[in-house]
Amino acid sequence: MAIAKILGTETEFGITVRNQPDFNPVLASSMVINSFAGGRARIQWSLEEESPGRDARGFGLDDGAASEIETGLVNVVLTNGARLYVDHAHPEYASPECINPLQAALYDKAGEVVLARAAASAQMLLEDGQRLLIHKNNSDGKGNSYGAHENYLMARELPFGDIVRFFTSYLVSRQVFTGSGKVGSENGRPTVDYQITQRADFFEEEVGLETTLKRPIINTRDEPHGDASKYRRLHVIIGDANMSEYQTFLKVGSAALVLAAIEDGAIPDPLALADPVNTTWQVSHDTSLTKAYELADGGTVTAMDMQWQFHEWATKYARTVDLDPVFETVLDNWEEVLTDLETDPVKTADRLDWTAKLNIINEYRQRDDLDWDDPKLSLLNLQYHDVDPARGLSHRLVESGRMRRLFEQSAVEAAVEAPPPETRAYFRGECVARYADSLVAANWDSLVFDVGEETLKRVPMMEPLRGTRPRVEGLLDSCTDAASLVEALGGEDGRAGEKAES
Amino acid sequence: MAEQEKKQSRRDTTKSDTEEVTKAAAPQGEEITDRIDDLLEEIDSVLEENAEEFVKNYVQKGGE
Repeated sequence: MAIAKILGTETEFGITVRNQPDFNPVLASSMVINSFAGGRARIQWSLEEESPGRDARGFGLDDGAASEIETGLVNVVLTNGARLYVDHAHPEYASPECINPLQAALYDKAGEVVLARAAASAQMLLEDGQRLLIHKNNSDGKGNSYGAHENYLMARELPFGDIVRFFTSYLVSRQVFTGSGKVGSENGRPTVDYQITQRADFFEEEVGLETTLKRPIINTRDEPHGDASKYRRLHVIIGDANMSEYQTFLKVGSAALVLAAIEDGAIPDPLALADPVNTTWQVSHDTSLTKAYELADGGTVTAMDMQWQFHEWATKYARTVDLDPVFETVLDNWEEVLTDLETDPVKTADRLDWTAKLNIINEYRQRDDLDWDDPKLSLLNLQYHDVDPARGLSHRLVESGRMRRLFEQSAVEAAVEAPPPETRAYFRGECVARYADSLVAANWDSLVFDVGEETLKRVPMMEPLRGTRPRVEGLLDSCTDAASLVEALGGEDGRAGEKAES
Repeated sequence: MAEQEKKQSRRDTTKSDTEEVTKAAAPQGEEITDRIDDLLEEIDSVLEENAEEFVKNYVQKGGE
């Protein structure tokens, strides 16, 4: 049986300051993150176990000599177990490890609240007339793209080639319900008024290690953030950041389910496309969802039919294994969305960003008689993604009852503070909340404490399902400071989860 | 092939069910127009001023 699909999302946010002639995105991003940190401890990010240059195919770059603790980088580890930092020229929120797709959608939304609050604090440092704006989007409309990534825990024993073989056509065709919508095209792709996704134009390879150039449909970064002999972390880079909670849930839920099925050998046919890279942008450009694409072994198939096929395989697979019950909801929502898209894409405007945005744009075009190249439509396209609840158009749609939510706002706000109880994010988040003064560095799979001794004490967390609330809450409650925690764990060689088990 | 037919029929059923529900619950034409007008007016009130200048100046560095 497939291993639990522990998962999480990473989002790079667009950032701009209106009326600031010398706007510098790196400085502005740093200011936003420092503002959120406020009185919170600034914990450095440790790179000791990270190797972003390692390639899953086994022939990649050397991971080089990363310094043990990266200093100077603006970085905050949040009490909810997430990481908030400056990546390139964007503020980035990497969610904590989540136990299921519904929780992943919740912590993804919590990231938006973090950025909205951070932006509101940073705004107070600006001059009169200047305004800081944060967008949860993936393109500036001028050929620059920034990522929304998903991460899924996979069994190391599954050959990477199987992921490439069976997951590619799912990723290419899922765009019909994962897109956030975009006015125009970029990166030299054919001109189009409107397309389904923000990111499809930027994908140029089938498989590869890069994320900033020649982006691949399947990314081979092999950085498990856990026991590398047991796990890999599949880093999915071909997706849009979604404002719709429903859509994030469906995106990561269907992906996790298909990946589990691949792990269990339950996807019988790769549905291999003759030209996956060009099919990627073609699917995104076809808002009618009717075009058929060539298969590698002859014949043609539409993106919708590919999705129906994956849905059918996933349904059959789910009947044979004991999955988290939330996957039943994934299957129902998936079927409902495909059915509605087939009837009329507009019917999904209460759930999907691309159809919701298209709907508003069409209503403006009709009311104001606007051509597709009118800047007002590009503005709507951008402002849909503003994380400020007062300005963001997706927020306006939710407020007016036109778009569904999955979560109460109070649940999202609670997720800004508290970590998921069912993964090691619990241990990380609680240590930040309880022992921040002694926590000098953190990363996904370890924490480093300074308890006043000659050497720093490192606590490895190589198992994503250890360090959970049931396992460590009692231990944490019994340790009033980091020194007693480190002592209880047995010092440098301590294993938080293992110790808690005994 | 049998499966294909089954899938087809399930999809047809779902479709007609959904249509009936939509018909029963759908507001009348005038009401829809009013609601859309209200929404667009609300959006008008929060839209950034000077769309052309804003869109022109919105330049991001690539990331990831």
